[in-house]
Amino acid sequence: MIRISNAEIWDLHCHFSGVDGKTVDERIAQLMVYADRMNVDRLVFFMGWPWSTNPDPDEFRRQNDQVIQALTHWQDRAFGFAYLNPMYVKESLEEIERCIANGPLVGIKLWVSRRCRDEEIDAIIKRTAELKGVIYQHTWLKVSGNRETESTPEDLAKLASRHPDVPLICGHTGGDWERGIRAIQNHPNVSIGIGGSDPTAGFVEMAVRELGAERILYGSDIGGRSFSSQLAKVFGADIPEAAKHLILGQNLKNMMTPILKAKEIQL
Amino acid sequence: MITDVNVNLSRWPFRRLPHDDPAQLVRKLRASGITSAWAGSFDGVLHKDLASVNRRTVEDCQTFGDGLLIPVGSINPMLPAWKDDMQRCQDDHGMQIIRLNPNYHGYKLDDPVFAELLGLAVEKNFIVQIALKMEDERVHHPLMQVEMVDATPLKELVEQHPKSKILIINGMKGLPKDRLIELAKTGNVSFEISMLEAVGGVENALKLIPVETLLFGSYFPFFYIESALLKMQESELGSFRSNAIFNGNAKRLLAET
Repeated sequence: MIRISNAEIWDLHCHFSGVDGKTVDERIAQLMVYADRMNVDRLVFFMGWPWSTNPDPDEFRRQNDQVIQALTHWQDRAFGFAYLNPMYVKESLEEIERCIANGPLVGIKLWVSRRCRDEEIDAIIKRTAELKGVIYQHTWLKVSGNRETESTPEDLAKLASRHPDVPLICGHTGGDWERGIRAIQNHPNVSIGIGGSDPTAGFVEMAVRELGAERILYGSDIGGRSFSSQLAKVFGADIPEAAKHLILGQNLKNMMTPILKAKEIQL
Repeated sequence: MITDVNVNLSRWPFRRLPHDDPAQLVRKLRASGITSAWAGSFDGVLHKDLASVNRRTVEDCQTFGDGLLIPVGSINPMLPAWKDDMQRCQDDHGMQIIRLNPNYHGYKLDDPVFAELLGLAVEKNFIVQIALKMEDERVHHPLMQVEMVDATPLKELVEQHPKSKILIINGMKGLPKDRLIELAKTGNVSFEISMLEAVGGVENALKLIPVETLLFGSYFPFFYIESALLKMQESELGSFRSNAIFNGNAKRLLAET
């Protein structure tokens, strides 16, 4: 077994795909079998299924209900973020109240329905930050062309400039990580999620060099991705063991601690 | 024993990679428990003087490999004198494996020149590695966007060459399920796991294709070698299937050449 001794592994980025199962309870149980094999201690889930790139409020509420249901049997090791659609700001704010302020979820996931450079998104960021929730924004930089409404790391940098005191996560590091890291490196409130791209050697080394290990978060993007390919980015990187500890779990734990404390969730 | 059937020497054209120096590469392979590695060259993707590329590959394998590295020759049938390159791979270098990059070299698998190459490879009893891609198409250099190889014509060609031995590399993520199954059924086509994705990827792949057709490949040093090693841990395989994938299938394939 390849592993970093005593490193606690927190996975930032999990979905209910990649396994069979008619119910979310069946699916999370199967995913936990793989998590056990790979010694992943804690997992953050967001979005239900089927996936919807531009869900209406009924649909994102339904998907968040799936996540809440999945957590009921796994409160000792699973967390959830609320999936929102910033095309519906009012309903997204109501969903934050329902799922985070008055529910069990501890952050938000913003996907591809609206670019995060748009100022209309600010109310969602502000309210989530007030609740100490974690904010995960998907980003990609596809040479073949993004969706028109899909955010890039440059978009996130603009958002970060407007909210310099709010921690933000640059999902996928833009996929094209050499450009993604550069796009956000001067925004110290932005951390990168390294999941959901190929295990290309040198990724984490560059990130540690340019951002520092404290701004890097392990996540897998299971079940479309494997735990293996994403853990390998950290296990295989030529960086100090202490940096691996931070990236594999400690950084996410630190980021989530304020909301976990506020919700009196014991670790 | 672990045979890694997908290793590259020299430099990736667009980025320096950790371990892209042959001495470091061999050190990392050994430290990772690899006992044999089929090593081609990144130079084979874009260089035109492939005779020189193949000679350097052999020299690096001999100088740094200490028995670990098995050289893989690059062949580009769009270049003049490509048959000479194949001849030299066999006669001068004693190679048993050649590697093709059809998308970077500018031909498709239904091009007559590929049928000719395959026929010649069968005559020479080569294992033919076909790289379906080298990098996620979404992150290519903007001036060099290269589509993944379409493997559709391969089934018919393989049926015309029943003694062919083909190993698809860098293909398990983009290859459609039905194509994977039909190619595996030919008995002449194998696959390696470097780009296999999804949770429990290896055990799920074995629900589609026979274990005899799946080999251990890391795509090191482009990928962290730990990725392929961990995939073998993420799936519940048992010792028979693990040994076949780690070493037995590659050993058998090589013994047939």
